[in-house]
Amino acid sequence: MTDYAIEFDKVTKRFGDNLLFENFDLKIKQNEIVSIIGSSGSGKSTLLRILMTLETIDAGMVRVQGESLWHMQKNGAWQPANERHLHRMRGQLGMVFQHFNLFPHMTVLRNITEAPMHVLGQSKETARAQALELLRLVGLEDKADAFPSELSGGQKQRVGIARALAMKPSILLLDEITSALDPELVDEVLEVIRKLAAEDAFTMILVTHEMYFAREISDRVCFFDAGKVVEEGPPEQIFNQPEHERTRAFLSSFLSV
Amino acid sequence: MIEFDWDWAFAWEVLPLLLDACLITLQATLLGSMLAIVMGLLLALLRRSRWKTVSYSAYWWMEFVRSTPLLVQIYFLYYVAPEWGLNMSPMMTGVIALGMHYGAYLSEVFRSGIDGVGKGQWEASIALNLSPYRTYRDVILPQALRSMIPASGNYIIAMFKETPQLSAITLLEMLQLAKIMGSENFRYLEPFTLVGLIYLVLSLAASTGIRLAERRFPKEGFTLS
Amino acid sequence: MPVTEILSALMGGAVITMKIVVMALPLATLMAFTAGLMRMSERRSLRWLAAIYVEFFRGTSALIQLYWIYFVLPLFGLSIDAVTAGVVALGLNIGAYGSEVVRGGLLSVDKGQTEAAIALNFKPRQRLWRIIMPQALVGMMPPFGNLAIELVKATSLVSLITIADLTYRAKSLADMTLQVEQIFGLVLVFYFLMAQALNLGLRALEKRLGKGMDRGGLT
Repeated sequence: MTDYAIEFDKVTKRFGDNLLFENFDLKIKQNEIVSIIGSSGSGKSTLLRILMTLETIDAGMVRVQGESLWHMQKNGAWQPANERHLHRMRGQLGMVFQHFNLFPHMTVLRNITEAPMHVLGQSKETARAQALELLRLVGLEDKADAFPSELSGGQKQRVGIARALAMKPSILLLDEITSALDPELVDEVLEVIRKLAAEDAFTMILVTHEMYFAREISDRVCFFDAGKVVEEGPPEQIFNQPEHERTRAFLSSFLSV
Repeated sequence: MIEFDWDWAFAWEVLPLLLDACLITLQATLLGSMLAIVMGLLLALLRRSRWKTVSYSAYWWMEFVRSTPLLVQIYFLYYVAPEWGLNMSPMMTGVIALGMHYGAYLSEVFRSGIDGVGKGQWEASIALNLSPYRTYRDVILPQALRSMIPASGNYIIAMFKETPQLSAITLLEMLQLAKIMGSENFRYLEPFTLVGLIYLVLSLAASTGIRLAERRFPKEGFTLS
Repeated sequence: MPVTEILSALMGGAVITMKIVVMALPLATLMAFTAGLMRMSERRSLRWLAAIYVEFFRGTSALIQLYWIYFVLPLFGLSIDAVTAGVVALGLNIGAYGSEVVRGGLLSVDKGQTEAAIALNFKPRQRLWRIIMPQALVGMMPPFGNLAIELVKATSLVSLITIADLTYRAKSLADMTLQVEQIFGLVLVFYFLMAQALNLGLRALEKRLGKGMDRGGLT
């Protein structure tokens, strides 16, 4: 296994004429837990979406577990990744979404078993047993037969986490997973993430606005502004002695709310 | 197998006649859509009536007219009206049938256009002490029209494309003429193809026009609330 | 002529009308999904092909399409009987409208659903058929219901190419007797009931497809 689970190497990303990042670099070690904070529109979520192959890149290279994500080598020459390459690479990654994106036409159990059965080829019994175990982990074993529309936001998000875990990713991407929740439902979701962090079995990247949680759980915090990591370091350093003026401004605006 | 032999001379011979007949088609469409708009408004108002019997009757009339074939409605008028002492020309019969049929569709467009204007607008008008007539004229209708005009336009295009059915009661519109030309000359290819192309060109032009008009009046800056 | 006699004379026509509906409906559905999916294809040639089909059949009249298929195709050596011509013309015509419903239904599914399906590593085909289509179908049912009614109505056109359907029988009875009000009144009720029955059936189907889904909400 390589030292780094994820490497952004001089990555450039544009939306139309709008330059989101240019020559962006970031490395994340195996089993590291990294929080990305910063104001909205700074491109934090786009980082995760690039990793999950939901957005392409315009230049540079992204490596996941040492292998290029968006390019593949064919007869010694680099070329853009095809669907097959992306399919293989996605096997390493799992993502939990801000708006949950559960499949509304399937029960909770089927939301979790569908991909293991039809992508990984697990038998129905195996997928079911694993799903029930994951539902126990997130505290929803009694909701297996419910439809997503019957769940609260916090419950939906816990199903979202279970669904991502069922694919056994080595890297978990959490995209503002509590932003769409009512404040009183945030804790039940963060509690699940706390448990996962304690297992120390995943590389995790969180884009989050929950500063206290980021401080508690992360190995490293990156403050992101205008497409750059302005400042990064262990949480104590970022939250207690931020060096950069912009970091200080961001944190004070946040903590005063 | 007979080869594809398009006879240009014959096509050029029938084209001007077809274009003449097209005027009949357009006349039927125009008169039909005028009647349809009147019928549609009337039905939409009846459906908003306070009396349940009136609003239900209007609803079921609309439902009935929309789920039965235009052609049968045309025949009904053509055969039954004389029994009732009404002797109408095929054109008159056709216009009434088209107007009744599409009036039912338009009433739904008008109703949903009016309902689409938010409750807040009514409440604001009451707060300003506007009369119901003023409220309709100055507040509700100008907002409702934006959704009503393109939808009505599309139904009128649909009506235009159903006018060939008037050939069944011997109205000498495009299709009837094409049929006659075809049977007299034992050649159906040119007249039927030309009629099809005329319909294609006119309805594409009309629907493009509606799409452009919609783009000129964008919904932004105009939030329904 | 007593009403019962009129009724029994019309019955045979109603059966033919229903037969044509039953044959044209699968063709229309097939065309709707084929053309609707082609219009969403990444390949430009497929998109164009579908767009030409749709614009052509929506831009011209159903009756002209019917005549063209019935009177003109034999000139190319393709002679087909009236019933086949009717089924093909109506199936292609309604299918063109249906393809817009399919396309609109697929586009109306929240983008997050495709993203979740990608994140779970479903292959493109699985994304479409396992995740997107089942959700899109629920929204497609009401406009499909309207199109099914349009199909029932459009079958009356086949009377003009000598098929003895309900409308044809009504007209020939009306030419023989003077009970025109009864005849056409009955026929209109017949069509109305057929449309309502189809509508009820499709609504039940919609309910089954939409089980558990609360529409419009983010899930």
